[in-house]
Amino acid sequence: MEFYRNHVLVCGGGGCQSSGCHIIRDRLIDSIKKRGLESEIKVVVTGCMGPCSLGPMMIVYPEGIFYCGLKPENVDIIVEKHLYEGVPVKEYFYRDPYSDEPAAAIHEIPFFTRQMKIALRNVGLIDPLSIEEYIAFDGYFAFAKALTQHKPEDIIRLVKESGLRGRGGAGFPTGLKWEFTAKVQGRPKYVVCNADEGDPGAFMDRSIIEGDPHSLIEGMALCGYAIGANQGYVYIRAEYPMAVEHLQKAIEQARKYGLLGSDIFSSGFAFDLEIRVGAGAFVCGEETALLASLEGRRGEPRPKPPYPAQEGLWNQPTVINNVETYANLPSIILKGPKWFRSIGTERSPGTKVFALAGQAVNTGLVEVPMGTPLGDIIFDIGGGIIGKKNFKAAQTGGPSGGCIPAGGLNVPVDYESLREWGTIMGSGGLIVMDENTCMVDLAKFFLDFCQDESCGKCIPCRM
Amino acid sequence: MQAQQMETGLDQKVEKIIAAYREKPGALIPVLHEIQNELGHLPMWVQQRVSNAMNIPLSEVNSIISFYALFSEKPKGKYVIGVCKGTACYVRGADKIVEQLQELLGIEAGDTTPDGMFTIEVVRCLGACGLGPVITVNDTVYTRMKPDKTKKVITDLIEKTGKGG
Repeated sequence: MEFYRNHVLVCGGGGCQSSGCHIIRDRLIDSIKKRGLESEIKVVVTGCMGPCSLGPMMIVYPEGIFYCGLKPENVDIIVEKHLYEGVPVKEYFYRDPYSDEPAAAIHEIPFFTRQMKIALRNVGLIDPLSIEEYIAFDGYFAFAKALTQHKPEDIIRLVKESGLRGRGGAGFPTGLKWEFTAKVQGRPKYVVCNADEGDPGAFMDRSIIEGDPHSLIEGMALCGYAIGANQGYVYIRAEYPMAVEHLQKAIEQARKYGLLGSDIFSSGFAFDLEIRVGAGAFVCGEETALLASLEGRRGEPRPKPPYPAQEGLWNQPTVINNVETYANLPSIILKGPKWFRSIGTERSPGTKVFALAGQAVNTGLVEVPMGTPLGDIIFDIGGGIIGKKNFKAAQTGGPSGGCIPAGGLNVPVDYESLREWGTIMGSGGLIVMDENTCMVDLAKFFLDFCQDESCGKCIPCRM
Repeated sequence: MQAQQMETGLDQKVEKIIAAYREKPGALIPVLHEIQNELGHLPMWVQQRVSNAMNIPLSEVNSIISFYALFSEKPKGKYVIGVCKGTACYVRGADKIVEQLQELLGIEAGDTTPDGMFTIEVVRCLGACGLGPVITVNDTVYTRMKPDKTKKVITDLIEKTGKGG
């Protein structure tokens, strides 16, 4: 094994890809070689680091020095000054949006320090295409522990005790859903992942799959073991080609390592995964519509009951959860429900990932404990409003959600509090609007959206 | 028409794709995806072929294509310009970009220029919300679009195709 004195992590998330991070990476590798440092410094391309608006960006470890807004020619200077001479280059540091003071390291920047990561624990930290790196960060340990030390019903009990609620929006208790499905007699059973992240302004699931695909695989495998299913399907929207590619590679690696397939960890348990790509229909984010689409039909919802737990995919008992929900599971099994409950609020334990977008300074991907005040997310992590304009409202929950005006900036973000303000948690889209946004116009935008995306099945939509 | 398709070998490609999915349940959507990737769109002769080979009524095949926004029965331009109209891009001015593109190319969103070069599409959220407004030209993503930047992207493409503006 090689040892390096520095690791330079370059963000390769969806946002930074569009900002040209591959040019930065190539220049970095080139520049390091020119200086003859390639045996001392390793360059790693990671998933989304979070602050998309600051890209392209990189972090130099072990110091944790954060460079952002990089141009290719800046990279040569960083290699020369920082990596060769040992003097970090102030010019490319992050600048505090309020004081304009440069901050060198990630532990000095509120965008990073105010967050707490469970679902995103590895995103932006490891190479998503390396199963070895995932394993080095305790990956598949929860799955191994489950298969070798726990009965399926123990796993369901742990998930129930953790109080984990579905991160797709409705917040249904995950453990309860699993228990219902496990108790239904029919076989085979299926595990389905809803990665049809259709809410405009939401890209949490995309970033998890692109940045840490193995955490989704491990979460689904844990569910399969708990409910007695041997096959899982991931339904990803077609707009996310990189997520499909990363997950496909991760599935192949897991098969090669014997973490998917038959007789996993010599336990006799078999589990495998298949990816299905959507075809552009917002309504397929609804679970019964998604299952219809998985079966190759028009994605039209149907009334419940029967619930997917009773009659899901091909009328078989099915658990369907969202990406973020599955990504939480390995940590819950490994660290226990008590640890999970120590984070967040009594009724909404754990964290929530948000896609912070719109008129905030630091737009991007953030994960905070449930119950964090909305204003902290927008002003401490998000750095306030662009151009120091006034905050008007924050939109959460996608087209089915609502807007929270300035009076609600102290509202703790959890399932119940948001409901009291007339909106919903939703999957995690959080769009910030400044004083120039016309709310009437926004309402029209959402009505147009819902009209366009209506499948026309239910009468209220057709009228 | 059909004889022409046979000659170009497209027919065999379609057969091959269908054959690869024969054993899989619920394969209609993946099959249509792959064929559209190969052909660019899904004309009626393809729909008939899929219907016969997969033993699914033609009406059902067509209903799937018309239901899902990503499937198209019409051919698209050489450059497909997708304008993201997710909420984040919208509040940062995506509608102005659509208007400008329509003006520059002289077509409405959803249409293709008569010379078959450009198609304008309003697309669903691309998930690059932190960097809106976002447009795509085929597989290339352009972020933080502003009117002058949009104009440059289009004039560069027109120059590249040798049409001279």
